[in-house]
Amino acid sequence: MTTDTGSEIVLSTRALTKHFHVGGGFAGRPSRVVRAVDGVTLEIRARETFALVGESGCGKTTLGRVMLRLQEPTSGEIVYDGTELTGLGEGEMRALRKKMQIVFQDPYASLNPRMRIEQILAEPLRSHGYGTPAEIRERCAELLELVGLRTQYLRNYPHQFSGGQRQRIGIARALANKPDFVVCDESVSALDVSIQAQVLNLLADLQDQLKLTYFFITHDLAVVRQFADRVGVMFLGRLVEVGTTEEIFARPLHPYTMLLMAAVPRPDPRARGGERPMMQGEIPSPMALPPGCRFHTRCPFARDICRVEDPALQNHAGHTVACHFPLEN
Amino acid sequence: MTQDTILSVRGLCTDFSGGRGDVRVLDELSFDVGRGRIVGLVGESGSGKSMTALSLMGLVPQPQGRVSARSILLDGKDLSKLGPAGMREIRGRDIAMVFQEPMTSLNPVRKVWEQVGEPLAIHQGLGRRAIRARVLEMFELVGIPEPKTRLDAYPHQLSGGLRQRAMIAMGLICEPKLLIADEPTTALDVTTQAQILRLMRDLRDRVGTSIIMITHDLGIIAEMCDEVNVMYAGQIVEQADVFELFERPAHPYTRGLLASIPRATEPRVSRRMPSIPGMVPNLAKLPEGCRFGPRCGEAMPICQRAPELKPLGPTHASRCWLNCPQEALSQGDAP
Repeated sequence: MTTDTGSEIVLSTRALTKHFHVGGGFAGRPSRVVRAVDGVTLEIRARETFALVGESGCGKTTLGRVMLRLQEPTSGEIVYDGTELTGLGEGEMRALRKKMQIVFQDPYASLNPRMRIEQILAEPLRSHGYGTPAEIRERCAELLELVGLRTQYLRNYPHQFSGGQRQRIGIARALANKPDFVVCDESVSALDVSIQAQVLNLLADLQDQLKLTYFFITHDLAVVRQFADRVGVMFLGRLVEVGTTEEIFARPLHPYTMLLMAAVPRPDPRARGGERPMMQGEIPSPMALPPGCRFHTRCPFARDICRVEDPALQNHAGHTVACHFPLEN
Repeated sequence: MTQDTILSVRGLCTDFSGGRGDVRVLDELSFDVGRGRIVGLVGESGSGKSMTALSLMGLVPQPQGRVSARSILLDGKDLSKLGPAGMREIRGRDIAMVFQEPMTSLNPVRKVWEQVGEPLAIHQGLGRRAIRARVLEMFELVGIPEPKTRLDAYPHQLSGGLRQRAMIAMGLICEPKLLIADEPTTALDVTTQAQILRLMRDLRDRVGTSIIMITHDLGIIAEMCDEVNVMYAGQIVEQADVFELFERPAHPYTRGLLASIPRATEPRVSRRMPSIPGMVPNLAKLPEGCRFGPRCGEAMPICQRAPELKPLGPTHASRCWLNCPQEALSQGDAP
């Protein structure tokens, strides 16, 4: 890996779970449970980029939000920098939030259209008591420069910027209070490729400069391979495989990881994959999980045990995988 | 136009008038689609690729938008000479379109089979029973599982992948000469996308459908297309056979795009990715000369003059002065 990630753990979760209740309450009908995050245990190391990949509905966004306690977990633990977060009161959590921030996907929806850029950047500073109005103004200018925008834009409104520039503003806002842990939720997914590369380069620069740890949520495997140090693959609320980026891409052990990678269209017409392995069918509903391994209904290698016994994450050949029959490579 | 060309577009221009005067969103587009071929239109947002589809379909909003062309020959018939009534007959029968978002392009309160079969009612005047039978056949063709039970489903009861299959079934139900697919898989997950792309390729191979594939994803272009048109700021900047384009990209914009896409199949060399500086120009304030000039690392004085799309070989053309050295030489550094 090119970045010097420490071995120190900055954030960890243990059996983290978030269930949602939907429907019910009418004519005595029972509500159903969506197991959006269903027992996730992971460790994120200081200054690394940990990518969480998965398809829509797998729970990756919910996991990111629950980790920051933007949503309350149903059960499980979150330890940030030695402090267990789930038991903290609102006041203690507020102080920690300065250090834990999030950059959202949609640079159009996540900035208030009626606020000038200066107000957008000043808001988190003011709410955490950053300093005098003059100091706040100075910090806003500093933040814009940090993300590669000119300070004269402070007086402008969001609609006056392009998508890439807005995402830079979203990043500047997240960095206002000097966090060290940043969740990037599909932060480059809405951008055109030429702009996406610019924003990824900015994120890499900021990480080096400010010693940031990224929890990088995305569905884009190509971005993961080029940007992340370690990867967790999520399927229906569970991590099914975790390892270093090179390990996972060079030797995927879980059939889901392998099929996900095979599905990515390659920008090379000579590599056309008419005969590539392909996942059949559709993702099961998170309200009606199949028994046994959650992936067995789509897995080309499923055997009897997969239909009855839920495999646990285990160490296997250098990374962890939740599969009864990890792939041989 | 040869026997084997299903669509031949020459000099397609689309202008919009708004508060600040006229804006030309498509500038002199000329391209062909061969029978049974898949032709790509690739570009970033604002390049005009979706507007090209709407212009060909006669769906550009009136009266702000105006479409003109020297000719748009669909199997010999000039669509540019047809009025709104003539285009209504063509749409859904001779050219069909599949949109990006299968949820918003289906009516949520009508059964799927009625919507998928609607083109038959309009263009062929078939009765309900005949339509239902034909929709069932189409559902089988596009690989909808348990097709009989899905006929009476409402759109929300189908997954995104199944909705897009239903949309493709609707597009193909009158056996159109040309199918325009505008980002048909952008809203889908990568595994569902792979299934839909395979379906479209199979349909081309089995039924011989000619397809215009509109996408921002060069991976999809490489997987699907026979020929490619690269669009930038309302113009075609490069036109090539797909192998030619990926192996010998001629235009600096195409080369920049190819360099800046992250690749899932190659190990990371550096975390810093090549990127194209700047951003797509505002069509109301285009730069002088080459539209890509201000972002181009290879710009020369002559780029102050607008380059034309010039052939580099039988299956390759590029809109760049770099690709016409003799002219660049003879006309020197003028203006």
